[in-house]
Amino acid sequence: MKMKKSALIGFAIAAALGASAVQAADQYIGLPSYRVGPYAAGGTGIFGGMIDYFQLVNERDGGVNGVKLTWDECETEYNNARGVECYERMKKGGPTGNTVFHPLSTGITYSVIDKATADKIPVISLGYGRTDASDGRVFPYVFPLLTNYWSQNTAKIKFIGSKEGGMDKLKGKKIVNIYHDSAYGKETIPVLDAQAKMYGFTVKHVPVAHPGNEQQSQWLQVRQEKPDWVILRGWGVMNPTALKAAAKIGFPREKIVGVWWSGAEEDTIPAGAAAKGYISAGFNVAGTNYPVIKDIQKFVVAKGKTNMEDKSRIGSVYYNRGVVHGIITVEAIRKAQEKYGKGKSITGEQMRWGIENLKIDNAMLKKLGAEGFMPELKMSCLDHEGSGKVKFQQWDGKQWKVITDWIDADQKLVRGMIEESAAKYAKEKGITPRDCSKES
Amino acid sequence: MLYREAGQFKASYREDQQIFPIRQDRIAIALILAFFYLVVPYFATQYWLQGILIPTLIFALAAIGLNILTGYAGQLSLGSAAFMAVGAFAAYNFVLRVPGMPILAAFILAGLCAAAVGMVFGLPSLRIKGFYLAVATLAAQFFIVWALTKFPWFSNNSSSGVITAQKVEIFGYAFESPEAKYLLTLAVVTVLALLAKNMVRSSIGRSWMAIRDMDVAAEVIGIRPMHTKLMAFAVSSFYCGVAGALYAYTYLGTVEPEGFNLDLSFKILFMVIIGGVGSIMGSFLGAAFIVLLPIFLNVAMHALGGLVPQGISSNLELIVFGGLIIFFLIVEPHGLARLWQIGKEKLRLWPFPH
Repeated sequence: MKMKKSALIGFAIAAALGASAVQAADQYIGLPSYRVGPYAAGGTGIFGGMIDYFQLVNERDGGVNGVKLTWDECETEYNNARGVECYERMKKGGPTGNTVFHPLSTGITYSVIDKATADKIPVISLGYGRTDASDGRVFPYVFPLLTNYWSQNTAKIKFIGSKEGGMDKLKGKKIVNIYHDSAYGKETIPVLDAQAKMYGFTVKHVPVAHPGNEQQSQWLQVRQEKPDWVILRGWGVMNPTALKAAAKIGFPREKIVGVWWSGAEEDTIPAGAAAKGYISAGFNVAGTNYPVIKDIQKFVVAKGKTNMEDKSRIGSVYYNRGVVHGIITVEAIRKAQEKYGKGKSITGEQMRWGIENLKIDNAMLKKLGAEGFMPELKMSCLDHEGSGKVKFQQWDGKQWKVITDWIDADQKLVRGMIEESAAKYAKEKGITPRDCSKES
Repeated sequence: MLYREAGQFKASYREDQQIFPIRQDRIAIALILAFFYLVVPYFATQYWLQGILIPTLIFALAAIGLNILTGYAGQLSLGSAAFMAVGAFAAYNFVLRVPGMPILAAFILAGLCAAAVGMVFGLPSLRIKGFYLAVATLAAQFFIVWALTKFPWFSNNSSSGVITAQKVEIFGYAFESPEAKYLLTLAVVTVLALLAKNMVRSSIGRSWMAIRDMDVAAEVIGIRPMHTKLMAFAVSSFYCGVAGALYAYTYLGTVEPEGFNLDLSFKILFMVIIGGVGSIMGSFLGAAFIVLLPIFLNVAMHALGGLVPQGISSNLELIVFGGLIIFFLIVEPHGLARLWQIGKEKLRLWPFPH
């Protein structure tokens, strides 16, 4: 009898616990971070910024409509196999499984596309990853958000054109494309060639072998070519080395335009004075002078809850990029809750709808305290990129200064290439593209 | 008491020549295989299958390949990952370009392609030895990855040089679930591992070991060094090539040439060294050690919870991992397989040790 009673009490307690668990729903996000190895600077900064933003939403707003965000980290070492293991480990976490996967590595993105599509977990590759995944009909679960490599590259040419005084002035100009000799580096060659034909400039592609800490011969080539502009498509240690080599041959740094993976403080500070004047693209800006960063400092850093070990990095390019990741994730969850029930944990499938129907305009950015911090965003079934806008920033020797407004990509050119490439992929894999007119 | 072969007489050549001459070994192997074929697919979660078992099996296969070359034939190689890449890209191209190509045939052809490439890079082994040969195979590592990125034909003109594995179908059955992929990987690995076990005790295996132990003496007793060494490179690369094809088709699904970098080659070499140089079983133990230990450490660090910040724990994992490798090499320089050997000898005497 006594046994029965205690069992009953046990049940009661369990029921009460269960009920309270339902009330305080939470939303689980599995983060495949990397904090060791050659790319640790990017990993710690971006994941740090993202986690700090999640922390801010929990601390300031009590979660998304009362749903607390929870997360877990898994070290990938920027290694594809470890990334897949992390993906599998975290996919069943939390009440509704992993909401969204941020691989933060082009290689890991490629490795999880098939698996995530089968498991119905959206993959956000913000500013990297598979370019042709921008075609949402073929890649329903993959979102190369904000801007892909091809869009970004056309924006760069537009920027160069504006500096020359008009796109028609590009005729006869010479551009050297110095790229990291890898899948990442090669990705923009076809689009550059297409643009060279379009605008009548010549382009020369010069590969740099990984990791790129030896570039003597490449810059000697630059000196012989005497180009009007150099495009730097670097990664990691390759960037400061390139800037130093450019200084050595006396090539003006104001004529070097880098991709956003070449445009962080970690890329310029090691080059010292040689980096001054160097220009790079970026879809987020540096600095702490934005309400969202101020809020993070007030609600997260001041309470000692920041994820960053080095607090001086708050406001750096990588950290702010992490905050952009955070904003997009949180807003997509909010959007999905609007449709599937406010205050409930959403599944990966619902999250997919949330991302696909996400719209972040300037009014909303202002509300989030991130006006000018990141571009506007409008997603659709057809377009999984959603923006394509970038800003250009220049290193003044101490910090990055934004020198342009948001510059649009040449979507007409890029979109055609994306659809062609996605159609080829669909054919190879036997995928029937979705009919976007039937999506709600 | 249990593990004693006394009283097991061989009455025919057939019995004398079987792969596992001791009855207890045969029973143990049958039980292990039954466990992995019949029990595991029903009870293992998707995470265990896709995150742990499939990669362990694939790396074990690659380690067997390198073990044949380094452990049995004594030729040091740092190009195993590149041969895996050849296998992966060859399988992709065979399935893509030959209509109706059966997938297992593509795996075998991919292995043969890797074998051919391996033989070409094995040619220097006729003149150079030891560390110098390792440097020559290093050239294979860099050249193959470079060539796969450089020539767009290999990746069917993909702008980033990445290939995506096609569907795996055998006799109309699509291997899509993790269980099916696991069983396919396990079947390929079992067949090739038994084949390797058999090969290393055949005449070709014995000539490899003769070359390894002293090549001049081997030549004197009539073993052709060119034939033997190139055969070792071919067989080794074949195993690596098939492992690479499995890596693309049953594990990752999409692979890029950079994924098969020098790091991976070193990893496979470490598997061989830690598992046991010159042991098929050691390849499995080594692969399990290298694949599982970092994951185990990561999970263990997570279990500590908020005690250590993530940044420190990630670095601690690497430190502990490195420390454990050194520890194992000091206490057992012959690898994990040797520990098993010692255990077996102890078992023979048990329960009456002298």
